[in-house]
Amino acid sequence: MSKIVKLKKGFDINLAGKAAQEFADLAAAQTFAIKPTDFLGIQRPKVLVNEGDTVKAGTPILFDKAMDQVMYVAPVSGEIVEVKRGEKRKLLEIRILADKEISYEDHGKINLSSVDRDTLKSKLAAGGVWPHLIQRPYGVVANPAETPKAIFISAFDTNPLAPDYGFTLQGEESYFQAGLDALVKLTDGKVHLNVDGSKSVPGIFSNAKGVVINKFSGPHPAGNVGVQIHHLDPINKGDLAWTISPFGVVQIGKLVVNGVFDASKVVAVTGSELTKTGYVKTLGGASVTSFVKGNLNSGHVRVISGNVLTGEKISLEGYLGFYHSQITVIPEGDQEEFLGWLKPSAKKLSFHKAIGLFSFLNKGEFKVDTNTHGEERPFVVTGVFEKVLPMDILPTYLFKAIIAEDFDEMEELGLYEIIEEDVALCEFVDPSKNELQELVRSGIELLMYS
Amino acid sequence: MKALQNLFDSIKPNFEKGGKWEKFYTLYEGHRTIVFAPDLVTKSKGAQIKDAADLKRVMITVVLAMIPALLFGILNVGEQHFLAVGESATFLDKALFGLISVLPILIVSYAIGLATEFVFCVVRNHPVSEGFLVSGMLIALVMPPHVPLWQVALATIFAVVIGKEVFGGTGMNILNVAMTARAFLYFAYPAQISGDQVWTWLGDKAAVDGFSGATALGVAYNASAEGTPVVDALASHNAGLGADFSFMNMFMGWIPGSIGETSTLMALIGAVILVYTGVASWKIIVGGFGGAYAMGMLMNVLAVNEYMAMPAHYHLVMGGLAFGVVFMATDPVSAAQTETGKWIYGILIGVMTVVIRVTNPAYPEGIMLAVLLMNVFAPLIDYYVVKANKTRRLQRATV
Repeated sequence: MSKIVKLKKGFDINLAGKAAQEFADLAAAQTFAIKPTDFLGIQRPKVLVNEGDTVKAGTPILFDKAMDQVMYVAPVSGEIVEVKRGEKRKLLEIRILADKEISYEDHGKINLSSVDRDTLKSKLAAGGVWPHLIQRPYGVVANPAETPKAIFISAFDTNPLAPDYGFTLQGEESYFQAGLDALVKLTDGKVHLNVDGSKSVPGIFSNAKGVVINKFSGPHPAGNVGVQIHHLDPINKGDLAWTISPFGVVQIGKLVVNGVFDASKVVAVTGSELTKTGYVKTLGGASVTSFVKGNLNSGHVRVISGNVLTGEKISLEGYLGFYHSQITVIPEGDQEEFLGWLKPSAKKLSFHKAIGLFSFLNKGEFKVDTNTHGEERPFVVTGVFEKVLPMDILPTYLFKAIIAEDFDEMEELGLYEIIEEDVALCEFVDPSKNELQELVRSGIELLMYS
Repeated sequence: MKALQNLFDSIKPNFEKGGKWEKFYTLYEGHRTIVFAPDLVTKSKGAQIKDAADLKRVMITVVLAMIPALLFGILNVGEQHFLAVGESATFLDKALFGLISVLPILIVSYAIGLATEFVFCVVRNHPVSEGFLVSGMLIALVMPPHVPLWQVALATIFAVVIGKEVFGGTGMNILNVAMTARAFLYFAYPAQISGDQVWTWLGDKAAVDGFSGATALGVAYNASAEGTPVVDALASHNAGLGADFSFMNMFMGWIPGSIGETSTLMALIGAVILVYTGVASWKIIVGGFGGAYAMGMLMNVLAVNEYMAMPAHYHLVMGGLAFGVVFMATDPVSAAQTETGKWIYGILIGVMTVVIRVTNPAYPEGIMLAVLLMNVFAPLIDYYVVKANKTRRLQRATV
């Protein structure tokens, strides 16, 4: 049964630097990378290639020894130029210099009408598209050995400066449907496609067949799949659900229909510090250099793979994360400000209305830098997290349970239902400046591994 | 600004590891971050931007909300003085007299409190926190106008050490810090902080004939004991001096009492600021007033003496109820922390205040004990609210 859910709690962050719905005139990326750190839940990554090897798009690059059916494959054909490791030989990046013309590894088309579930799973896992499937609880790469009670897809992104899927996925309708058809075979339950109830729904979603279409409206985080699951079919202890992004569905569809790992995606290039914003056609794992260099308003910036709430800081020579369809460039905020905690301003973005914070009167776009605007403190102010988390969860108590490493409390207070992105707004609004996303992950790891 | 930054930079090496004052780094940092908001940036993973609000701004908002009560308190101390000694005085005379009485208390409260806090910051090596900005002001406002300064100092030290630092500092305390200071004085020096004489500062002059320094709560209690209607007793109190305890006078705050607590109007102005800025919970404030009013009504129904028969709305303007509900009960650290819990907590504070006032002859003012009592019970209220949340989750699983 499809549901209509109207959410009230939350906060829309209106940043400057939105991507207009057009392709920006930016040079194509030359190098690509796979970052094992993008994939949560990988325990013992094993690299299958050496520097100097040539690979095709879809050639396995690494796998996790703890879940060895799932292959992480090359997004592009070319030469492995560097396997970059960090401290204690931790695997950081595998960089590929792209060929002029992409050649694809042939994984074989999949006939959905005849394939059985296990074969489908193994083909998706070998074909490189499996890591798009994320397991709830915990938000880690799904395990092909398991069967979820349902699969959830959020068809809109409410994060700041988020890409518009109606634009990024245009022309992919048939692949999207093929991907959905494959997903339907992976679960005994339903596949939920959750669309934005406050706007007109792009045809790619409204015409989808074989799935339950639910409508969600409200401020961010209404587009977070975790919030949606909470209102549709919440995760209880022992439950297992999977989530996937619409782009992931398209990529599965392309593997099903064409038998190849086609990583081409449309990426939103956004942020107040860019001269040209817009969309670019590229591949997953693309180097952001060609999009950013020569395109900056100012010198001192932070480049983010993803959005400003859940993204990751990368360098000017960094690479787009596997799950990201967005680059954001904002000013770095490492300057002191004279009486910055007291000065009245309508330009400093705040969820609060404490004295001097007049941003609630400013309906325009905000230019926000990376300054924390204060130091870390114990929790003092109460009732704020509750206003930005539209779930029946008591966030402060959950956070405290994690700090105390109280396993029973973590479980009972709902840690199975949230991952980092769900508390990203809590982290943003927290006047005590705690690192709540990191905290939630540490709690999840406690539940998972001990 | 650059010069100031350079000054801080030039003394910084002394406070860093290996410097001669490395133990005092936290104080260096505390002062620098007051002058300059720090240059800290977000981590590479997680939220890349943060809200412009921090604890300093939240705390200064509360301080600002108390300014009307402080200013009125200063004026009222002068007003009450000249009333008691039977002299007429100009607005300026009253304000000046009030300032001379109140300012030393405020300075002692802040100076001693911050010094105590700094000692703990250095010894325990935790950052200088903003909490005392509010506590320092609150402590001064709940003192009687002619309390000896050494008592203010002692109460402040007790409140900071026993009320807060032993639990780990700001954010960890169980009891409201300022109420702890007040309660300390109340129980340690009962002779000096109760009775009719402490609320009005006479100086070296004598009170005029017919003047009584009793507070409205004292008058109400005595009237009840004598069997005269409380409203009449309040109206005739100091009536000859033109300073009776009419509802309006009590609402405005032209009555004797602790420095900041007398004016309900000023507390309400503070409440508007706190609620509008979202710094204090409106649920606690509404709950507090509502609980007191409802309990007053219930007392009316069950009235067996004159105090119980007093109109319920009088409770809202007498004593420190308004000030306590607005500024003390809403302290987020010691209050209930769940949204449902805040309702229960607020209502019970109102109810307890009236119960203590009317039924217990030893404690004419109930708000202090009501807040402290509910501070202690807040975790229990929250425990059940949290438990209900867990149960909902559990039931969902079995359906």
